[in-house]
Amino acid sequence: MRFLFSLTACMLVLGCAPAAPSNTGVYMLLDTSGTYREELNKAQQIIRYTLSRLDATDSFAVARIDTGSFSEKDIVAKVTLDDRPSMMNRQKRQFAEQISAFVDGVRSSPYTDITGGLLQAVEFLNEKGTANKTILIFSDLKEDLKDGYIRDIEFDLDGFNVIALNVTKLRSDNVDPREYLSRLADWQTKIEKFGGQWRVINDLEGLEGLL
Amino acid sequence: MDFLLNITPWPVLSALLWIVLAVTALYFARSSAHKAIRAATDTLYQSLRFASKAVLRSATRLSKRNREVLLAAGREAKERIVEREFDRISESVRKDLASFSSLHRALSESINRIEEDHQQAVDVPPDPPGWVKAVEAVAKLDSRDGRVRVGNILSDIHKSLIKAHQDAVTMYREASAKRHTLLHKMRPEWRKIQQTLGQVGKNVDTLLSRSVTIDRHMQEYEDIVTGQDRAASVLSSSSLVYFFVSMLVLLVAIGGATINFSLIARPMAEMVGGTSLIGGFRTAHIAALVIIMVEISMGLFLMESLRITRLFPVIGALPDKMRVRMIWITFTILFLLASVEAGLAYMREVLLQDELATSALLRGDDSGTLTGQYLWITTAAQMGMGFILPFALTFVAIPLETFVHSLRTVVGLITIGLLRFVSLALRLLAGAFRYLGLLAEQVYDLPLFIPLWLEERNSGNANKSAGSAFAR
Repeated sequence: MRFLFSLTACMLVLGCAPAAPSNTGVYMLLDTSGTYREELNKAQQIIRYTLSRLDATDSFAVARIDTGSFSEKDIVAKVTLDDRPSMMNRQKRQFAEQISAFVDGVRSSPYTDITGGLLQAVEFLNEKGTANKTILIFSDLKEDLKDGYIRDIEFDLDGFNVIALNVTKLRSDNVDPREYLSRLADWQTKIEKFGGQWRVINDLEGLEGLL
Repeated sequence: MDFLLNITPWPVLSALLWIVLAVTALYFARSSAHKAIRAATDTLYQSLRFASKAVLRSATRLSKRNREVLLAAGREAKERIVEREFDRISESVRKDLASFSSLHRALSESINRIEEDHQQAVDVPPDPPGWVKAVEAVAKLDSRDGRVRVGNILSDIHKSLIKAHQDAVTMYREASAKRHTLLHKMRPEWRKIQQTLGQVGKNVDTLLSRSVTIDRHMQEYEDIVTGQDRAASVLSSSSLVYFFVSMLVLLVAIGGATINFSLIARPMAEMVGGTSLIGGFRTAHIAALVIIMVEISMGLFLMESLRITRLFPVIGALPDKMRVRMIWITFTILFLLASVEAGLAYMREVLLQDELATSALLRGDDSGTLTGQYLWITTAAQMGMGFILPFALTFVAIPLETFVHSLRTVVGLITIGLLRFVSLALRLLAGAFRYLGLLAEQVYDLPLFIPLWLEERNSGNANKSAGSAFAR
């Protein structure tokens, strides 16, 4: 009898114990510098796709890359989806509307601080404590820092998936493709050096494996 | 190995020497080796035979027990059937006896009326004619005054006679008409009596047919009580049929419960959250499952309270007042749960529309929102299913009871079959070990064929010489 009580108690305790989180956190960086601003319509498409893939308790934030991106002020929209389906749908719709408004009224920035944005993304996702952490970089990966900005710092990307999206070729890349290839290789080295997983998706028709 | 072949300068000779030594050693150890082999295989044989017998005994015991259970269940079922038949007869007799007084009164009244009418319809003999008196008067006159006035008298007599005849005919006609009227009035009374008696006859026939049924059931009941093989066989096959049929119905019910689950699991997430887990399962799913289980439980209690099933004897044994209360309580809970389910089904449709609208928005497709004018049909259908399915699941109690009762017999039969198979396998294995022992002895003797041949020859010669010495 005592054994049965103990067994039942153990089962109840184990059954009610909080399960390990399996939610996803996504932080998307949008490059708004120069001519890349014109690509933001594609970014909107990716954001909508990402929203459709996210489920309850997942977190999603979209931030712009400008002169100094290591700032909460650069976060355009952020959300942690509610676990009630109706509320979650409402949040998704509001998020999509915020992004539309941002894309319509965004101004191009003179500098491109990708590393700062990356730092901000790591900080945000670590704070959310999601099980899966993904950083999407919608940029040509050409970093252009303003004088005085120090970005030669180390950060921990262990457990992070970093995906570069729509890495367009610049005019100079066409002249010398080695620049483009070396830019990609540099970013890959940098991400993998800090423990992250690196991936590049240029074909926006094949977003199935994004999340 | 080389060492063994180097005990003489010639390896072949060494090998031969070793063979001779080995054969000699095996020959001298032959008797002990045979005993050892036989002991080992006999031990295995006996053990396996013992195990086989034990398993067979268990199978026999289980079979006996299963038979007892089967007969007990059959007896109980028959008692219920006979009880119900008696109830029906009692009801029929009560109903007929209740109307018997009115029936008797109707019959008596009809008979009285017929008697009265019959008495009134009796053929009344006509009065004697008036001319008899006239003839008497003529006879008197004839003796006193002579025959002068006889002609007049006879004329008067003739007139009287005609008048009397006419009166008699008129009276007779009137009486006949009255009699016919009375007889005509008697016809519906006769018909009524005939109908009443026909009804009585029908009731009696019903009672007779019921009594025949009861006789048949009682005969079967007696067979069960006396534990006849035929009764056990019939019960066993019936039990198997009930098992498969009830299993089929339960599978259908599981299908219904699954649909019910899918109707309410999604909107449940709106109430308890869509991501919280209990024991690895979503809380919303568990909550939906709990609702369905509670509905099935309420259905079981309702069926028990209505005495349709007898899974819980405690409920069946409750006082009638308490049982009726329980019927109302369980029905009310079922009704409330069915209403909740209908609401959840509606909520499901709303959520689905919301989700479709959001997906359409995220796809950039404005035409994706469903605004069809027939959308209310699916909503109404879902709500209807949500309301009806809990009540439909109530009837699961009936096949469940049959399944539970027949399961015991079926499991018993399967176990008996398995035990018999194991017993047979053990017996076969025992026989195999016994013959393996014999084979091992023969294999052992195979390299010893030369010494054995010599031994046989010597023993033959010895027998011969002993025989000749005995003859001498």
